[in-house]
Amino acid sequence: MCGTCGCGDDEHITYRKPGQGHSGHHHNHEHTHHHGNTEHSHVHTHEHAHEGHHHHAEDDNAHAHAFHADGYDHHHNHEHDHGHGHSHGEEGHTHTIQLERNILSKNDLIAERNRGFFDALDVLALNLVSSPGSGKTSILEQTIREIGASVQAVVIEGDQQTMNDAERIKSAGAPVIQVNTGNGCHLDALMVSKAAKALELKQHSTLFIENVGNLVCPSLFDLGESKRVVIISVTEGDDKPAKYPTMFASAQLCLINKIDLLPYVDFDVEKAKTCALKVNPGLEFISLSAKTGEGMNDWYGWVKQLKKS
Amino acid sequence: MHELSLAMNIVEIVREEADKIGRCAVKRIDLEIGGHSGVVMEALTFAMDEAIKGTPLAEAKINYHWVEAVAACQECCQEFKPTEFDHICPHCNSMQTYLIHGKELKVKSVELEEL
Repeated sequence: MCGTCGCGDDEHITYRKPGQGHSGHHHNHEHTHHHGNTEHSHVHTHEHAHEGHHHHAEDDNAHAHAFHADGYDHHHNHEHDHGHGHSHGEEGHTHTIQLERNILSKNDLIAERNRGFFDALDVLALNLVSSPGSGKTSILEQTIREIGASVQAVVIEGDQQTMNDAERIKSAGAPVIQVNTGNGCHLDALMVSKAAKALELKQHSTLFIENVGNLVCPSLFDLGESKRVVIISVTEGDDKPAKYPTMFASAQLCLINKIDLLPYVDFDVEKAKTCALKVNPGLEFISLSAKTGEGMNDWYGWVKQLKKS
Repeated sequence: MHELSLAMNIVEIVREEADKIGRCAVKRIDLEIGGHSGVVMEALTFAMDEAIKGTPLAEAKINYHWVEAVAACQECCQEFKPTEFDHICPHCNSMQTYLIHGKELKVKSVELEEL
């Protein structure tokens, strides 16, 4: 499945190591359609579709949820085998299939495979997400220089275009692969799966996945990471967690970068934390500056703590 | 913009079901979209209109069921409607809350007609 359009034809996504030429992908994109036997002599009509799972206050007393009275559908999340009803009329067979299938189920399945792959190799995988320009790559460069060897840092770089970030990471001293998503606004689990294979991950390494700079789309796509780290910088608004709650709700750690600039900007660190805690009370915070090194030891400590556990 | 990815995933899921039956037209698709799923409905409907072109889904009636977010408080056990940027319990001000509904992104059902 292609992350941009889901079509399975991902020719425009490239995976390159610094110094490597552009290698295109060639996929034959074919769909085979099976034509069923349309000769039917049935005359009966039967419906046995499973139509449950829409409960309204007036017809379901078993559930005493507070807001049923407001009149919206109350949906249950539990999984079950999907029902399959079909009727035969003059228009031909009509099949009603109760799928109850998560739209992102394919991505989630691949993400779980990645998670198993990482787990088997004892690899700590961190998904770094932020707006463009918050300093993800700078933090990574500094991290690789300071603790890259001891935690066996390897990097997957996600950007729409260019090898620039991969070159920076390589100079800092870590194995890296650049995923260029073309028009894609996020990395997905399949891209990470392919990139991780190309990286030839070693046991006990730490995989830093630098997602495409975007605080919206990457939040929906599980990559199979152990932890998600959201990064904001003090040159952004301190209400960013309120503006992009989905991302802050899905992360475990928030790095507040560029704190060396705090005297010159209006960013209120406590306000930003309060905003983020409103959607994610379990979120941890580390304030740091990749430029001056302030607070970086706390971040290294957080990573090393995870390596131990 | 991730709505286009979602739309193409929906097309793929429905196409898989259609392929199981054989030559058929997709008459109806029921989708369930949660209020806190991170999806902009206008973007999704726009993306769906594009994604179904030239597929067996092209003539399908697509029903979008919007599921409002509901959260519950672990402290006082009451339910409430959280806003997207504030999940604090309005009854006891606890932050220890969790979403019961609102994350849904689902193909609920499809109706296929054999040709």
